[in-house]
Amino acid sequence: MQNKITIKNLNAWFGAKQVLHDIDIGIEKNGITAIIGPSGCGKSTFIRCLNRMHEVVPYAKASGKVLVDDRDIYDSDIDPVEIRRRIGMVFQKPNPFPTMSIRDNVVAGLKLGGLKDKKILDTMTEESLKKAALWDEVKNDLNKSGVSLSGGQQQRLCIARALAVEPEVILFDEPCSALDPISTSKIEDLMLELKEKYTIVIVTHNMQQAARVSDHTAFFLYGKLIEFGETDQIFKKPKEKSTEDYIIGRFG
Amino acid sequence: MVREAYHKDLHKLREEILNMGSIVGKTIGDAVLSLKNRDAQMAQKVIDMDKEIDALDHSIEENCMRLLALQQPMARDLRLIISVLKMSIDLERMGDLALEIAVITKMTASVPPIKPLIDIPRMSEICQDMLKNTMIAFENKDVELAKAVGKRDDEIDMLFDQVRRELISYMIEDPKKITGAQHLTFVARYLERIGDHITNLCENVVFMVTGERLELN
Repeated sequence: MQNKITIKNLNAWFGAKQVLHDIDIGIEKNGITAIIGPSGCGKSTFIRCLNRMHEVVPYAKASGKVLVDDRDIYDSDIDPVEIRRRIGMVFQKPNPFPTMSIRDNVVAGLKLGGLKDKKILDTMTEESLKKAALWDEVKNDLNKSGVSLSGGQQQRLCIARALAVEPEVILFDEPCSALDPISTSKIEDLMLELKEKYTIVIVTHNMQQAARVSDHTAFFLYGKLIEFGETDQIFKKPKEKSTEDYIIGRFG
Repeated sequence: MVREAYHKDLHKLREEILNMGSIVGKTIGDAVLSLKNRDAQMAQKVIDMDKEIDALDHSIEENCMRLLALQQPMARDLRLIISVLKMSIDLERMGDLALEIAVITKMTASVPPIKPLIDIPRMSEICQDMLKNTMIAFENKDVELAKAVGKRDDEIDMLFDQVRRELISYMIEDPKKITGAQHLTFVARYLERIGDHITNLCENVVFMVTGERLELN
């Protein structure tokens, strides 16, 4: 397997409290990697370290290497804004910009980057919405407010917004926990389509979701990586007892 | 996140398959005993027992299906359910074979035996012992015991060959004994099949514990 991201000896803190300990893991290119574990185990912190979002929290810091295509994103000459463009993120709660239209939401990142050509912006709007499997549902309402959409549509709008800036990796932090089962399966189908072109990391509390969509699964506990392997193996025959106890619900 | 009701259901499933194993073991023993003692009444009891075994099989299937649909079991729980589901099929087939033996008892109880039965009861005893140990291996998650039981199928196969050769010689010597000898050949063949089913049970015990599919015989 070819790794898009290689994480070496990653540690993270909130103030004096260490929340990640010596994480070593490889994220497969054009694969979906699921991160599972109980609340507070460091899953979200982990993925926020992958696009330097962790450091935007006051008193938060990280150490170690996060190599994206062999280049450490924590190198001093690296622009974190550029990293966040290359490594996009979709959050738990759909968060379209409330005052913007659907169209403006999609191209917000491009406009912020200085792109003004209306033709290009329109093409990008259509392409991104198509990639996010939302185009057919909204193509006649592009000027309507983003928040007029249903929860599932809003989440796909956020995915379109993340795709518009042409990232290489998309991080999903519990993308379906606020959605109904039908919207959830649409997002899951979409992730499976998107992995053809992008590398995906998803944090999820829903074990069935991890089992359904991911190629590899990592189990985190108390800020440590306990087990990492092919999803099929993790859910059929995990090597570590604590992984097994967690996934069969015999934890605590 | 302890999921108590779910774990109670899994425990119940384990109890159900253990119960089915002990009933099937007794049925096999009774079927061969009825043949040896030419006891048609006992044979009828074995035949009646088949309905109960079928009902257990259905109940286990139903419970497995419910757990799969409602609880999305994983890892060792998933392997337990898959193993129990498959073991129940083998046990149900073993019950059918015991019934076939009892049917032969009823057909032959009123005619004089062609020979005293020695090896067939021995096959039955070995089968019962193998089944008992398989269920112990299941209960204790004992892979080594399951493997050892699986190997014993060779003893059954050897006895089957011996019985078959002996019965052929009876048929050659005295054509009047052909019908009786043929019935006994079938009984031996049914016991040989029961041995194969027990081997399958053992393979499922190994799978349940280790996740590996082994061919034990």
